Amino acid sequence: MPLLIGVAGAALVGLLVYGVLSQSPKRTLDEAIKQGHHPTAPASTIPMPLLSGNGARTLASYRGKVVVLNFWASWCTPCQEESPILERAQHTLARRGGTVLGVTFRDSSPDSLTFVKHYGVSYPNLRDTTGEFAQAYGTTQIPETFVIDSSGNVVAISRGEIDEAFLNHAIALAESV
Amino acid sequence: MRIFGACRSLRVGLGPSPVSRPTNHLACLAAMLMLVAALGASPLLDSSAIAATPRTSMPAIERQVMCVTCKIPLNVAESPQSQRERAYIRGLIAEGKTEAQVKSELVAQYGTSVLALPSAKGFDLAAYLVPVAVVLALIGLLALLLPSWRRHARDQAATSPDSPKLSAGDAARLDADLERFD
Repeated sequence: MPLLIGVAGAALVGLLVYGVLSQSPKRTLDEAIKQGHHPTAPASTIPMPLLSGNGARTLASYRGKVVVLNFWASWCTPCQEESPILERAQHTLARRGGTVLGVTFRDSSPDSLTFVKHYGVSYPNLRDTTGEFAQAYGTTQIPETFVIDSSGNVVAISRGEIDEAFLNHAIALAESV
Repeated sequence: MRIFGACRSLRVGLGPSPVSRPTNHLACLAAMLMLVAALGASPLLDSSAIAATPRTSMPAIERQVMCVTCKIPLNVAESPQSQRERAYIRGLIAEGKTEAQVKSELVAQYGTSVLALPSAKGFDLAAYLVPVAVVLALIGLLALLLPSWRRHARDQAATSPDSPKLSAGDAARLDADLERFD
């Protein structure tokens, strides 16, 4: 009898540990970048609807371009703060064949569209409606930005609000690869 | 318009109308039957349809969804984002959406994390299965332990001494007291 109770207790604790580990954000990309590697951008084939409502895109459809992947939501104050920096980067990148790619997360499309209009966002935006894409990047807090080279590899990560220095350096790194 | 026009001459309690003719009565009856059939087929008056789509209420939805930024149920959230979610839900209710449709729209906008209850898929299934398993295990444990507890209690009762015997002096005094009441 004590053996049975012990096994049941251990199973419950195991389940709890598994739950905590599986729900905690993935940091494999961060580890790889720290070690100087350029890991392949995950979940690049997941189709996501365009915020503008005209069809869907995958990250893979931007292959061949330097992509500044930015997770944002209209309710996020730092996202509002960094919006002009991203817009300036878009103007620079567009001339060189790259793009900023916004991905809205836990945000309603009417609110996201209001944000886009209000801040004059000109770069394309996708909607991660399931959260599956954000989860693949270990994104739980926003904003988060991933700079991806033309081969589809992540070269720099910012978990939090970006500044111009970080972005310029990361884009230069992506373009040099 | 024509249907009612056919019955213009049929006036209950007022006696036959000067223009009343048997053909008029037949036409009126036919018109009435058509009207009843038409109303019967109308979804507006279908009581089952009305009963199947009760009006969605804001408090009912609020209890079942989360504020996606504050991670607490919407009915207790007061953040700016919770107000936006409420406004969005109000809009959906105003469009006549059912509770299930409203929740489905919310999931499409905010993802599954907007739902207060975990989904019955993958690891989240444990939220439903573990409590059931624990209750079943406890019932099984009780079923195993109860007979042995009963047996133990019975054995104790059998081996325990009876109420303490009275000493001879006390017995004599008790008998004397009882005799006085006879």
